[in-house]
Amino acid sequence: MDWTWFHKFGSPPHVYRLAGLLTPWFAWPAALLILGALYGGLVLAPPDYQQGDGFRIIYVHAPSAWLAVMIYAVMATAAGVGLIWRMKVAHAVAASCAGVGAWFTVVSLLTGMLWGKPMWGTYWVWDPRLTAQLILFFLYLGYMGLRASIDDTSRADRASAVLALVGVVNLPIIRYSVEWWNSIHQAPSVMKMDRPSMPFDMLAPLLAMLLGFTLYFGAVLLIRLRAEILRRERNASWIREELT
Amino acid sequence: MSAPGVFRVAAWVVQRDLRLATRRPSQVLQPLAFFAVVTLLFPLGYTPELAKLRAIAPGVLWVAALLASMLALESLFREDAEDGTLEQFVVSGQPLTLLLFAKTATHWLMTGLPLTLMAPLVGGALGVPFAALGGILSALVLGTISLSLIGAVGAGLTLASRRGGVLLSLLTLPLAVPVLIFGARATELAIAGDSLTGPLYLLGAVAVLGVTLAPLAAAAAVRIGLE
Repeated sequence: MDWTWFHKFGSPPHVYRLAGLLTPWFAWPAALLILGALYGGLVLAPPDYQQGDGFRIIYVHAPSAWLAVMIYAVMATAAGVGLIWRMKVAHAVAASCAGVGAWFTVVSLLTGMLWGKPMWGTYWVWDPRLTAQLILFFLYLGYMGLRASIDDTSRADRASAVLALVGVVNLPIIRYSVEWWNSIHQAPSVMKMDRPSMPFDMLAPLLAMLLGFTLYFGAVLLIRLRAEILRRERNASWIREELT
Repeated sequence: MSAPGVFRVAAWVVQRDLRLATRRPSQVLQPLAFFAVVTLLFPLGYTPELAKLRAIAPGVLWVAALLASMLALESLFREDAEDGTLEQFVVSGQPLTLLLFAKTATHWLMTGLPLTLMAPLVGGALGVPFAALGGILSALVLGTISLSLIGAVGAGLTLASRRGGVLLSLLTLPLAVPVLIFGARATELAIAGDSLTGPLYLLGAVAVLGVTLAPLAAAAAVRIGLE
């Protein structure tokens, strides 16, 4: 089999140009989907029979929570690729993921708290999903902290890659242990939404939002990746040719 | 002369670290004193009533053990990296994974095991009934093994960074969450006089996973940190 296409990803100029070409293909569908889903979710979808209009925050909350976890997986995969094939660009991808992932974790926590206030009567309960998300946030912080504390880019890349992989092995264990911990200490939470029984006009905007957020992440990742490549290759001659 | 076998070399590492520890007992004693002081703070800060203390004893014991073993981690690789010992490990041609595992095991002997042995004393002060001690001891043995192993990865990773301390805790504490949950749960069950096989098995599973994977990750981390 011809592996040239794969090896090409090892070349920063190639990836830089490719990322530039691909960005609009992620950004425009993301914008259209998010706007459409906002209209569908905030206007067209019927109010929930129990939660009224309060449930509508799910259209921001669920996609951010999904992205927070997915970005960690993307980051760990990129880090693993970088570690195994010694691919500098893969490390740049992992580095660009961390900040976005941490922010989506914060967004999902904040929207979760805002949702919790009217539904549970308090901003914070030690709900297993909220808690696991908080721990995920600390994993992101540790990853970024380790990266920031090592001056040499190549060593920072590989050390944080090992941490990302350790984290990804641990993440399922943490999630399950937290679920288990909570099932003992607290009665099952009030909010158990039966997803399959959700009516179509509630579910469709949610799915569109999930896809839109994911594409948005793709676009942001590509833009950040280009910036990261520029920063790393700032002394390379191809940049001068590229930018003049 | 033929090269020594890998287990022989691992035994030498254990011997050397034990000898170093006996020459500098303060390194072993300080985390233990820290463990005792932290648990002392709870009766002072919360209430001297034994019944109330007994209710929070599992959390107090495990959080204190977690923090004490975190404190001891700083000494695991740092000094050997600074005086070149770890570098010799890397170039020795012996499997670094095994050598670091030997180091971590010795570290556990010097921190995790004494912490476990101190638990009856500390637990007794928190109103834990005598009958629960057996269960608490077995949970702590398994839990501290995992803590040392997780910590070894963190200690290896922070070798490359300028500042260790706080970063090391930030890296390791989230990863230690399952140990804390299972350990505290086992302790709670032991105090209540119930069967604690469930959480004990889970602690054992985490320890087995740690023994299998953590030395590999620690070896990769140390290699990167020493460059």
